[in-house]
Amino acid sequence: MSVEDYETVIGLEVHAELSTKTKIFCKCPTKFGASPNTQVCPICMAMPGTLPVLNEKVVEYAVKAGITTNCEIERDSKNDRKNYFYPDLPKAYQISQYDKPLCKHGYIEITVDDEKKKIGITRIHIEEDAGKLNHDDFGQGSLVDLNRAGVPLIEIVSEPDMRSSAEVDAYLKKLKAILEYIEVSDCKMQEGSFRADVNVSVRKKGDTEFGTRTEMKNMNSFRSIVRAIEYERARQVEVLENGGKIEQETLRWDDVSGRTFSMRDKEDAQDYRYFPDPDLVAIKLSEEYIQNIKNGLPELPESRKQRYLDDYKLTQKEADGLTSSKYLSNLFEEATKISNNPKAVCNWIMSDISRILNEREMEPSDIKFSGKDLAELIDLIEKGTISSSIAKKVLEKMFDDTKKPKEIIEENGWIQISDEGAIKEVVLKILEANPQSVSDYKAGKDRALGFLVGQAMKETKGKANPQMLNQMFKDELNK
Amino acid sequence: MDITELTVHELQDKLKNKELTITEITKAYVDRINEKEKDVEAFITLTTDEAMKKADIIEKKINNREIDGDLAGIPIGIKDNMCTQGVKTTCASKMLENFVAPYNATVVEKINNENMISLGKTNMDEFAMGSSTETSYFKKTKNPWDLNRVPGGSSGGSAAAVAANMVPWALGSDTGGSIRQPAGCCGVVGLKPTYGLVSRFGLVAYASSLDQIGTFTKDVQDTAILLNVIAGHDENDSTSADIERKDYTKCLKNDVKGLKIAVPKEFFGEGINLEVKANLEKAIEKYKELGAIVEEVSLDIANYALAAYYIIACAEASSNLGRFDGIRYGYRSPKFNNLRDIYINSRSEGFGDEVKRRIILGTYVLSSGYYDAFYKKGQQVRTLVKNKFDEVFENYDIILTPTAPTTAFKIGEKSDNPLEMYLSDICTVSVNIAGLPGLSIPCGVDSNGMPVGMQLIGKRFDEGTILNAGYTYEQATKFRENYKPQFKN
Repeated sequence: MSVEDYETVIGLEVHAELSTKTKIFCKCPTKFGASPNTQVCPICMAMPGTLPVLNEKVVEYAVKAGITTNCEIERDSKNDRKNYFYPDLPKAYQISQYDKPLCKHGYIEITVDDEKKKIGITRIHIEEDAGKLNHDDFGQGSLVDLNRAGVPLIEIVSEPDMRSSAEVDAYLKKLKAILEYIEVSDCKMQEGSFRADVNVSVRKKGDTEFGTRTEMKNMNSFRSIVRAIEYERARQVEVLENGGKIEQETLRWDDVSGRTFSMRDKEDAQDYRYFPDPDLVAIKLSEEYIQNIKNGLPELPESRKQRYLDDYKLTQKEADGLTSSKYLSNLFEEATKISNNPKAVCNWIMSDISRILNEREMEPSDIKFSGKDLAELIDLIEKGTISSSIAKKVLEKMFDDTKKPKEIIEENGWIQISDEGAIKEVVLKILEANPQSVSDYKAGKDRALGFLVGQAMKETKGKANPQMLNQMFKDELNK
Repeated sequence: MDITELTVHELQDKLKNKELTITEITKAYVDRINEKEKDVEAFITLTTDEAMKKADIIEKKINNREIDGDLAGIPIGIKDNMCTQGVKTTCASKMLENFVAPYNATVVEKINNENMISLGKTNMDEFAMGSSTETSYFKKTKNPWDLNRVPGGSSGGSAAAVAANMVPWALGSDTGGSIRQPAGCCGVVGLKPTYGLVSRFGLVAYASSLDQIGTFTKDVQDTAILLNVIAGHDENDSTSADIERKDYTKCLKNDVKGLKIAVPKEFFGEGINLEVKANLEKAIEKYKELGAIVEEVSLDIANYALAAYYIIACAEASSNLGRFDGIRYGYRSPKFNNLRDIYINSRSEGFGDEVKRRIILGTYVLSSGYYDAFYKKGQQVRTLVKNKFDEVFENYDIILTPTAPTTAFKIGEKSDNPLEMYLSDICTVSVNIAGLPGLSIPCGVDSNGMPVGMQLIGKRFDEGTILNAGYTYEQATKFRENYKPQFKN
């Protein structure tokens, strides 16, 4: 038997940090990146005697996430304590939800290879994040930073419905897009505000029972998740083919070596001793409350996508790409309000902007310029003020600071030369300096023209209008 | 006139009439503490120097009309499990021996807002776990009536300090009887309010669903005055009730005519000391004389409630006390090579036996596989107990029982037998389980001269009715005029 005879089964637990202004049980700010232990108070430091008070926004955000992932909303929910010792967990318990999550029985629809599929969502519950241990920089020992302790999270648990890394990728992108659209999480993966525990098992095709699963925790890049699943699938199949057994365990994916490592053995299996938190009261939601949240929801990616197909005649792939991120989609909408060339706007977003984001390992939400700026850039190309190769340089600079395209062009002297006299001067100069190419061209070697134009562009540092340059060379050579 | 003999309402009158000044009052109590503390050992931390300074400042401010208030300058004692900014809060544990909270408990804020003056933090059983104040890491508090006996617990320091006139009143906390039982043992008035009436914010948690802050006073009128200060909704405590504020002093009518009192026969049966029973029977006769309607009822819950109490309280405690792990504050063992050692050694060395016993019990009842048999069943019993009380309250205004099965026992008498110690709470725990208010007032003494406590249990948030019943009885019997602590050696 071979890999092809096996089916991969994947389920995900996604943790998304909610973008509330304050923490889940106290009034400390949630802003990322502050100096250690500057966003803390007696409550999130678990000082003796302190008590939690639930931030109502957290419930609202979780309900929004539940509604937009087709979940049933629990009218009578509660908080439970999950007890374990770890230095980043100051109370020695995490306030979470155990048997009555706020949302359950939902699904997300994904499209892979033009096929639609529903991925079930088991539950969405609210909980608090733990702090962070800093192991490095301080010589021996570790230091605890409690800024993140008490930052609200939702945990979105999927059914084991995914069968390939491509489905996982599509599910995660869709989920991330939804959470961004409804503005409950900024989903910044590098900052850890959108991270996944990935459960993988394999079974022979046709089997009805699931195989033993392994779990990879806290993965925060799509690329790593896809690689890790591929690796783990192959590893498990190999173990089984060699007559071995899969151990149910937690693994650590190492991006550098491209393999998984065992993290802890089964003896460490924790008994979390869940029980209802007696410091908090039941969460009771009225029909009216839920209806109000429903009424206040913004347009979702699915509906935007349809609009792009209908109104702008974009392709399926383009519409998918744009709507995969709220920020990219917003950029598109803003730009097309001004520019009458939606195709061009879409192309710039899907090619150069996406490429730069990738190269710089940035999130779409990090983009500093507006859709208006992008429209202006496209307009400048269309007017012939700059060439598209200069425009690419301008775009790079637009990622650096908040300068407008026009400012960048002026500062760098990148305005395109479209003056006939000036261009003629350059053409004559290049022709004089390259007699060999001139005779080559006249002997029928068309390639020589390209060389000459290239030389002229070099001479003008890319600023000469390429169409005019081309025409002028032809005219001169054919004289 | 011995100032420290006076109740707070008497002190208030004398302050108003300019017969006394705030500094005179504070000085009298500081002197009394200096005289009696070596025998009674009611305090873990004394703040008498600060108190004298504060008295001076408050007096000046009042004279300059910068502040006013009926309670400005009145001294108070605070149980050492309520957080006080700048003053140690130890919970009578080695674990928190040097812990200074960076914030004030809500009740502490409230007494500060009244410009009351704290004389110190009172001794208690470690983390409020115990019925004799013997599990304190620091010292054993003595009962002012007989220094060979315990003051009860866990708020034994507060009870003894009030009984010994070292403070005119004090705050305590009650999870299964920790205010009422020591109040009974020390012959003072102790109130455990309805769960949710007083904010728990800043009270170091033992069992969150049962803990409630309350009062120790010399008489019921003072109870009403202090309850007026500490009661009320607190947005920092989700379990604090958002109900309309009351003036409890207005509930004291000195009249119980027609009041329907239920006497559950099960609280007078096996295990109840005969002298205790006899004193209670006299009190019942007194109520009848005063025009109350007293009837025997059946309320067969005490044994179940005690079992449910130890399951629920220990379960919550095992989780609440997890934060004492040697990482951020409190005791850290010097013996460690890794994280596991820090946890194990710090907790092994930092907690006393009773605390460890309850953490282990609580961990066990929450463990997977045992949860349903213990914790869940405990919660079901809790519902039953509530329902049984509610049934009685359909026909009666208050329920009358002994506060404890015996009067104060000898130091060391029960400390090696936890189960016997647990039975000290048999009359009081069911009140916490049901979240009801309970008042303990003295109703006589036994042949050793030790006070006997009577417990009056009320409907949820109906403190007014039990306070009036206690007040009326007190006015008719004058216990304080007839009996005083003898500091017997």
